[in-house]
Amino acid sequence: MLKRTVPLIIASIVGIVLILAKFSPPIQSWETEVVMWFDILAVFAFVLGAGNLNLNNLKKISERKAGWGYAAITLLAFWITLICGIGKLGVPPNEQYLGYAWSGSFEAEGSAFWWIFNYVYVPLASTMFATLAFYISSAAFRAFRANNVEASLLLLTALVVLVSQTSSGPMLSDLIPEESTWAIFKIDTIRGVLVNLFNTLGTRAVMIGIALGVVSTSLKVLMGVDQSYLGGD
Amino acid sequence: MRSFTIIICLLLVAGTSDVSAQEVAPPSNLNVFDVENDKGEELRLTWTLSADDPNTETKEDVKEESANEPPATLNNPVVGYLIEVKSGNQKEFAEAGKVDAGVSEFKADDLERQEYSYRVKAIGADGSFSTATGISAATPVRQWVDRSKIYFGFFMLVVCGSVVYFIEAAKAGKQLKVRKIAGLEAIEEAVGRATEMGRDCLFIPGIQDINDIQTVAGLIVLNRVAELTAEYDAGLDVPTTRSLVMTVARETVDGAYTSAGRPDLYNPDNIYYVTDEQFGFVAAVTGKMVREKPAACFYMGAFYAESLIFAETANTVGAIQIAGTAMPSQLPFFVAACDYVLIGEEFFAASAYLSGEPQQLGSLKGQDVGKFIAGLFLIVGALLMTVSQFVHRGASGEKTGPLQDAISFMTESLLGT
Repeated sequence: MLKRTVPLIIASIVGIVLILAKFSPPIQSWETEVVMWFDILAVFAFVLGAGNLNLNNLKKISERKAGWGYAAITLLAFWITLICGIGKLGVPPNEQYLGYAWSGSFEAEGSAFWWIFNYVYVPLASTMFATLAFYISSAAFRAFRANNVEASLLLLTALVVLVSQTSSGPMLSDLIPEESTWAIFKIDTIRGVLVNLFNTLGTRAVMIGIALGVVSTSLKVLMGVDQSYLGGD
Repeated sequence: MRSFTIIICLLLVAGTSDVSAQEVAPPSNLNVFDVENDKGEELRLTWTLSADDPNTETKEDVKEESANEPPATLNNPVVGYLIEVKSGNQKEFAEAGKVDAGVSEFKADDLERQEYSYRVKAIGADGSFSTATGISAATPVRQWVDRSKIYFGFFMLVVCGSVVYFIEAAKAGKQLKVRKIAGLEAIEEAVGRATEMGRDCLFIPGIQDINDIQTVAGLIVLNRVAELTAEYDAGLDVPTTRSLVMTVARETVDGAYTSAGRPDLYNPDNIYYVTDEQFGFVAAVTGKMVREKPAACFYMGAFYAESLIFAETANTVGAIQIAGTAMPSQLPFFVAACDYVLIGEEFFAASAYLSGEPQQLGSLKGQDVGKFIAGLFLIVGALLMTVSQFVHRGASGEKTGPLQDAISFMTESLLGT
């Protein structure tokens, strides 16, 4: 009862209120209220998450599981960042309250937290993001192998779009005069048709399906037709 | 004495000419309206610009007509307008706001539901004010229903109504047929493969919080995957980016293991929180993939740039991969790198398909009605746009007539653009 029915009733009431708020101006602000409640809930859940992170990693270290060294680094990084942030280490005082050392923001420029974020986290995150360039190449290599007609068409399409995006790509079809009937075969025109016509058509079809799927799934959640995500009683 | 008289006369003449130069023509035709489709807190004011406003059309017309003559200069051009307000119980007008020259409307907000009287004055370049317009009054009215969204509401009711209707029809015993979805059929194969290889299944329910419907849809698929891992006694690993998702995922997996009759196999430590940071999560999960080499990877939820990093890393460790997302920008990456992909609506259909429950299958049939209506509008819209290309333009160069009205209705009222 408490584990399934109550959450279901809350989800249904909030969902219906949010739908009504979309159509009724006097209760439109309720949407903001609900989002605020969610944020408050998420803050409490964050404590739960941090606790879980510590427990999991401590367990890995104590059991000497594979990769326990990474767990130790994770915990070290977590606690150093937390102490720097909560302790406001190196935070310059707020200009309005110069007499109070802790009056500045924890992320103020020059603070230890600011330094960790800008000189440790940002470069690491950028490095991870940069690996995407290599993964795009390897994925493209596999996807564009011309094994059958469909794959060959995909390869051809990708080639045209790719080449036309380069600075020298459009030069390949420069010999075709702008005014001639063959101008439709200029690489820029072909790319325009592929990107603006075929791509838009496909994307819109997917979007319509997604929108209807969202409506259907939301209704199932609101009506309690699908309760599998709530677990057992 | 004579010279003193001359000075006095000169001062009088100068003073007279100065006063006439500073006189600013007032704005006129002030109208106050209630703003429609609001909660009764706004009024809209419109007026006709002062004759001394450089943006007044009549001045421009005069300039065009006398193109060969030098443009007439205004002695004291209007630089703005002062809007004054007086509510029911106030005796004096107070400033409600100012607008620049050339602006002939103003929106008053944060009002109460009582009568407000307004008047507008023009502000001259020298800071002087014109006489006020006539007083116009109105009372903000609260509208309980936003009439501009009635069409949207109607279609929403039709689609939602059809979903509810087919759910009820399915409950009553109506037989419904659903086509095979390869990605969902492959879930059992993937879990079976992991069991045979003695490796774990890795399930990532996206990187958004539980308030995203894709995360909910992902957790519904997780329920089925967890049931299978419980039946096959395979390992299941669920890293999450949000604490709330971790909590709900634990409930989901717990329920699945219980319903599969293997509650003893459920280990909450396998569903854990990593970090909210996107690339921190990517680093942790891909590291785990490389170290532990899961045999099957499931990506079900909302993904961004990390989609391809996950899929390619899992590919290098030889995992079978099934992805499902409603992020159109990430679908090509999953299609290129994964073995099976649930595209958009297939992802949302997963719960109905996997459960096989008639009432859930009914919701899929309801979606078809929505697709039919969308298709109908697409055809009608395309036809209207095509025919409108052959319609002659009016004298003003703009297309007019019932055809154009129909297109405007479709784009503005139905599409909301």
